[in-house]
Amino acid sequence: MSSDQDHLRETDSEARFEFKKEESSAFRAEKGDLDEETIRLISEDKDEPEWMLERRLRALRQFHAMPMPTDWPGQPDLSEVDIGQIVPYIRPDIDTRGGVDDWTDLPEEIQDTFDKLGIPEAEKNALSGVGAQYESEIVYQNMQERWEEKGVVFCDMDKAVQEHEELVKEHFMTNCVPASDNKFAALHGAIWSGGSFVYVPEDVTVEMPIQAYFRMNSEGMGQFEHTLIIAEENSEVHYIEGCSAPQYSEFNLHSGGVEVFVGENAHVQYSTVQNWSKNTYNLNTKRAICEREGTMEWISGSMGSKATMLYPSTILKGRGATDNHITIAFAGEGQNIDTGAKVYHNAPDTKSTIESKSISKDGGRTNYRGLVHISDGAENSSTSVECDALMFDNESTSDTMPYMEIEESKVDVAHEATVGKIGDEDVFYLQSRGLDDDDAKQMIVAGFIEPITEELPIEYAVELNRLIELEMEGSLG
Amino acid sequence: MARLELRNLHAQVAEGGEKILDGVDLEVRSGEIHALMGPNGSGKSTTAKVIAGHPAYEVTDGEVLVHLDEEEFEDIEIPEDMRTVNLLDLEPNERAALGVFLGFQYPAEIEGVTMVNFLRTALNAKLEEREELFEDDEGEEAEADADDEDAGYDTSPMEGDVEEGDVGVAEFQEIMAEKMDQLDMDTEFAQRYLNAGFSGGEKKQNEVLQAAILEPSIAVLDEIDSGLDIDRLQDVSNGINALRDEQGAGILQITHYQRILDYVEPDHVHVMLDGKIAKSGGAELAHQLEDEGYDWVREEAYETA
Repeated sequence: MSSDQDHLRETDSEARFEFKKEESSAFRAEKGDLDEETIRLISEDKDEPEWMLERRLRALRQFHAMPMPTDWPGQPDLSEVDIGQIVPYIRPDIDTRGGVDDWTDLPEEIQDTFDKLGIPEAEKNALSGVGAQYESEIVYQNMQERWEEKGVVFCDMDKAVQEHEELVKEHFMTNCVPASDNKFAALHGAIWSGGSFVYVPEDVTVEMPIQAYFRMNSEGMGQFEHTLIIAEENSEVHYIEGCSAPQYSEFNLHSGGVEVFVGENAHVQYSTVQNWSKNTYNLNTKRAICEREGTMEWISGSMGSKATMLYPSTILKGRGATDNHITIAFAGEGQNIDTGAKVYHNAPDTKSTIESKSISKDGGRTNYRGLVHISDGAENSSTSVECDALMFDNESTSDTMPYMEIEESKVDVAHEATVGKIGDEDVFYLQSRGLDDDDAKQMIVAGFIEPITEELPIEYAVELNRLIELEMEGSLG
Repeated sequence: MARLELRNLHAQVAEGGEKILDGVDLEVRSGEIHALMGPNGSGKSTTAKVIAGHPAYEVTDGEVLVHLDEEEFEDIEIPEDMRTVNLLDLEPNERAALGVFLGFQYPAEIEGVTMVNFLRTALNAKLEEREELFEDDEGEEAEADADDEDAGYDTSPMEGDVEEGDVGVAEFQEIMAEKMDQLDMDTEFAQRYLNAGFSGGEKKQNEVLQAAILEPSIAVLDEIDSGLDIDRLQDVSNGINALRDEQGAGILQITHYQRILDYVEPDHVHVMLDGKIAKSGGAELAHQLEDEGYDWVREEAYETA
């Protein structure tokens, strides 16, 4: 076989998600060491200020005090989640504390990893900034100077603790996602590591999406990255995160935290396409607080994982604030994707829309779990929730649990849910035009998720479609 | 030139359901227009669906044959022993690749799939399938290797894989614009989702547009005239005539009414009753049916039986 063909086989997209690298790490907290000592070690290794250590330790106590969630109707089974089996923190064996500026300065194996995921191409295609996280640290980032001149900050979260201490101290897990929010937010608060920090000053519009890519590469490790986005008055930013994890026999836990502060009349879009290995438990807490006339948009594609529990939420705090959610979930054999959205209308004239789509096949289970809360006094608020489920077969399941808590009478509330099997008539129609059975189904699914793909930059749309194609062929295993 | 031949076709609803076709014999050649008429429930739509391979029906006896000429498709020479094909052995998409098109009475609505992307994908799929159906073993291996080397998309995922020999985006847009113009369709249709939110008339127009683009040898059009106003009926009829006159397609026009036959004049008219062709004749037969209904055909059929 020629070397060209070798190359083609190597870049075969199926292989992109299956390979893994020999782990080489400089610092590794031992499995099961989830005690104060470990937390102190992590904090010390990162050279953190005292207040951050205190927050970590308080979160650890809260984590140990809280029970596992077990009593939600239809919730994923978490009985196999054994925190003692998780390696909470790994730092790659390179000196990348502040990130490197040039792609070619990265070790070859890391370049190679990202190469298979197509990141250099994305970079080549004139994306404005890339921050890529390998294991728990940001190892590469590239930001255009003109943003820096305008005061925009985009760096890894550990660096932000050092260089933007006041901003972080004020916003980090204080009033948006406190560690006390839920057991996994508490776990996250104790052992978080890495992630992104974005700060956009007043009146600044960042025209191109800011992107970060996370990847888990070590067996049995947990990943606990924190994303903090602060958009000041009249600013605008689109943040995109992509995730992918290779397959392992041992289970993994991902428990990220995302906090977004949308200032008055500001506009933040947070988009993510995540594909976790089939043994990952994906338990995240993501929340935004939206001030007067501000707009928050969540776009998310959840693929892979054994179980996902994820309900991005927005608190519409100021008058006239708006929130839009578009989510998509795909569950195959043995998977339970429990996802949805939460919106709190706490001020008058606030608006929200939730559009949720799910696909299940081969006995996979998807749930839409949503909450819309309209407080007393949130007059003239409106919400619209739309859930569509598409199933491939009779073994798959999909449930819709749209909770609505309406305390104000002058509001407009709409909810619509559809559940359907991929229609034989639809497939036949496309087949009669020349598409084979698989291509016909693929086209129907691609159309079904189109509202998501049209919101994403082309590279992410390609990846999402490719992932779903692979899932449908069953080649991701 | 192709010829579609139904021989003693018997069919029932799949998995032992009701028997619907009871020995249909029918022949349609490229360049001819046939009208298939008959009362509701006589088996007209079932005939169309069985020809196209709808999974809801099971063929219990008979054959659906396509006879092809050696130069039926551009660039592909059809070996002598492959010029007659039994469609019942083939998947629906393979039947489409051989040039059999079904125009639906109630076409599916597919959200999120634009007309232009869908039709380009379909056209390319059909061209590729044709090659696969007729090439020798050596060619198949080469094709399989080529498939292995296709590592993803060159352009947009919504536009599908780009392979050598495919009709490209720009080229296809030209083809589509031209055909839409012929059918008096607004160019904005190209970017709309396949049949989603289309009016009844728009859907019918769209079926004819698809036939014009996919260039079938034989087009079976199932009640393409139902629900059309007079202007739309004329557009659709012009499209059907063009299929025959410009592309040389054979048309099997299923209809209840004489109305469309004023615009699309049939060479042959067949009356279907109780799952068989009870009577065949020329264009004048349709007029007679319009005036006198189907009862006399029934009486005649049962007398001779």
